[in-house]
Amino acid sequence: MNKTVKNAEEAVRDVKDGMTIALGGFGLCGIPENCINALVKKNVRELTCISNNAGVDDFGLGLLLQGKQIKKMISSYVGENAEFERQMLSGELEVDLIPQGTLATRLMATGYGMPVIYTPAGVGTEVAEGKEVRRFKFNGVEKDYLMEYAFEPDFAIVKAWKGDTQGNLVFRLTTRNFSPLVAMSGKITVAEVEHLVQPGELDPDHIHVPGIYVHRIFQGEKYIKRIEQRTVREK
Amino acid sequence: MLDKEGIAKRIAKEIKDGYYVNLGIGIPTLCANYVPKGMDIVLQSENGILGMGPFPYEGEEDSDLINAGKQTVTLLNGASIFDSAMSFGMIRAQKVDLTILGAMEVSENGDIANWKIPGKMVKGMGGAMDLVASAKNIIVAMQQVNKAGESKLLPKCTLPITGVRCIKKIVTELGVYDVLPEGGFKLLERAPGISVEHIRKSTAGKLIVEGDVPEMILD
Repeated sequence: MNKTVKNAEEAVRDVKDGMTIALGGFGLCGIPENCINALVKKNVRELTCISNNAGVDDFGLGLLLQGKQIKKMISSYVGENAEFERQMLSGELEVDLIPQGTLATRLMATGYGMPVIYTPAGVGTEVAEGKEVRRFKFNGVEKDYLMEYAFEPDFAIVKAWKGDTQGNLVFRLTTRNFSPLVAMSGKITVAEVEHLVQPGELDPDHIHVPGIYVHRIFQGEKYIKRIEQRTVREK
Repeated sequence: MLDKEGIAKRIAKEIKDGYYVNLGIGIPTLCANYVPKGMDIVLQSENGILGMGPFPYEGEEDSDLINAGKQTVTLLNGASIFDSAMSFGMIRAQKVDLTILGAMEVSENGDIANWKIPGKMVKGMGGAMDLVASAKNIIVAMQQVNKAGESKLLPKCTLPITGVRCIKKIVTELGVYDVLPEGGFKLLERAPGISVEHIRKSTAGKLIVEGDVPEMILD
């Protein structure tokens, strides 16, 4: 089943104003650079974005923020972006901060066909406000858990290292992060890959996301892969 | 009074052979430098690494390999990579033996605040809420007194909390404390040269001192 599209523009052609999009990546590591650029160019607006972080001022999701294309961000950590902070404090941008594990598991639940999860993260904090709490005995201890809903984004967009034309995906090192979970969550899932290969070239035992979850795939180009914190030691 | 390195050095003594350890950003990260040679531990980074190694040599950075602080890192032999759901899965399932994280405030009943200063700083909780809600063994590394001279070991947190009744051990520039189940900071060790009186003045919450409290041994 060939899922190949020509490029990012074709992959995001029907993303519309007001839609919800989940994106893979941790910081700037493993973000779908080509699709983000295409969304900037397309100038779709009023987007709700689900992503662990919001990029930096001039890269990643920061580019969509600069163009004021995002109405709401759902993230766990947004500390690297001055424009983000400005829009949030001025009230231009709605922000829903949620625990990182909750974010990951709410995406995972969608791909596993489960409407809710229960997690202890955030019990007794602001995050718990208005949420159903249930007490379970588990792992030998009785404690409270919050009910959290699975995300149902219109689009899910990820970047993988390798993919085949059937949509099977392989990630490299920590670019994996949220991406397999994001990929499983989309009504339409788009994957951009560094290397697009033919069926049979990927070892079936090494595939991180089976192609059934992926609707469109293309080979990306001109990856910058910017490093946020370059830390080294001396030889 | 201990500097950041000193706090890290003291906390490193709590790491035991065979531990899987999650280190938060800041002082906790420094702890890795003081793990005794030959001790077999595995570092977890919540963006999806077990077996995290030191920073790469200059020129060997890989933009595809970072830790939860977005710093370039390396992998040790035997390392594994996984997605974020599994990463927090192993945290929730209490597979990680020790979690070391920073805090802005801790209350005498073990509540912790470290993710938000309303109107000033809203960076988000990242993985902190998941960690404090699930980890069985958490050590907090923090400054007990801020630049304005105010104690951050409080009767009750003033900032939005990250987790409820979850902190049992704290290491600060002044001392080592257990947070007792019935409430209160029990002083276990003093930083070199710091008196109990100094610590008493620097603790806004309930301080419990029993007998002679020893100075900590750092080396």
